[in-house]
Amino acid sequence: MNQLQNFTKGFVRENPILMLVLGCCPTLATTTSAVNGLGMGIATAFVLVGSNTVVAMLANLIPDKVRIPSFIIIIASFVTVVDLLMKAYVPDLYETLGIFIPLIVVNCIVLGRAEAFASKNTVLSSAIDGLGMGLGFTMALGILGAFREILGSGSVFNYRFIQGDGILVFILAPGAFIALGYFIALVNRVKNK
Amino acid sequence: MAKTESTFKNMVISLTLISLVASACLGFVYEMTREPIELANLNKKLSAIRQVVPEFTNNPNDEMYMLPTGDGDSLEIYPAKSGNEIVGYAVNTNTSTGFSGNISLMAGFKPDGTIINITVLEQKETPGLGTKMAEPAFKDQFKDKNPGNFILKVKNDGGPVDAITAATISSRAFCHAVQRAYNALQKGGEK
Repeated sequence: MNQLQNFTKGFVRENPILMLVLGCCPTLATTTSAVNGLGMGIATAFVLVGSNTVVAMLANLIPDKVRIPSFIIIIASFVTVVDLLMKAYVPDLYETLGIFIPLIVVNCIVLGRAEAFASKNTVLSSAIDGLGMGLGFTMALGILGAFREILGSGSVFNYRFIQGDGILVFILAPGAFIALGYFIALVNRVKNK
Repeated sequence: MAKTESTFKNMVISLTLISLVASACLGFVYEMTREPIELANLNKKLSAIRQVVPEFTNNPNDEMYMLPTGDGDSLEIYPAKSGNEIVGYAVNTNTSTGFSGNISLMAGFKPDGTIINITVLEQKETPGLGTKMAEPAFKDQFKDKNPGNFILKVKNDGGPVDAITAATISSRAFCHAVQRAYNALQKGGEK
């Protein structure tokens, strides 16, 4: 597998949300608008790249029996860094994403890539894998967020194009499940053609 | 390089080292971001104050004082002065009677108690329903009203306030928070 394939596999073929269905908690919770979805995706992508790189560097030094706790410490450190940086430089976005940033620690896609990919591959491929996966995650969250925002609030990227209310259920939790379900079904249908 | 064996010694050493390095990095980032975070919080507060009171020349944050609300709590009052004359008070008020979590508002009053403007600092109400409290359609009905003769109650409770459709609890909580701000300001007197 060359590096280009390694990078692009995160977008459709092994997309964390659409194919692996990992990391659904933040997906369902933060995609109430396109901006929130993208913000969450980018934060997760940053953590993925960082943790994948460091895990790949240390993979041989970490004894097998303590690899999971070690990975968790590495991931948690990166998440805290993102948390502090966002609080300092993008307070508005931090406000809306709130508690979901610390929750990136338990996002299974991050630990999943560390365990399944980064611990067995070179530093460069791991970083590219993290970037591809992270951007694929961002893309899925952005599309889902835009879809829910259009139907639910009648706006996209905070630009209103209809007055009055949208279909409220799409902003609420049930709408997240409905939208994600149809999104996954559609992508699988197209992919299997 | 060969894989490190999972002996007790190796495990202790590697975990200790990883934790040490991680905490050093975190300490560094924390120090680096501490000032910008404080600045961001202060700016947020000042811009909220600016939205709810007329133009001022002092620094309301430095002249902040607390006044009791009469129900065992006290609120932060930010006096806005133009020269030496007080042009308004911004009150950081809150309530826990919302639909979910705390609602925190910045309410601006003229010295006689008339509401100038209100802005929502923090709320976790239902998206698309209770969150509409931050929109002008709802909160602008409080503008230029004096809670002394304008009862802060929704129509369901016999008051004049138009509640948000399907979010009566949130609307009620909003009124309650404003009422608390008014109580604090009036009971605290004119300082």
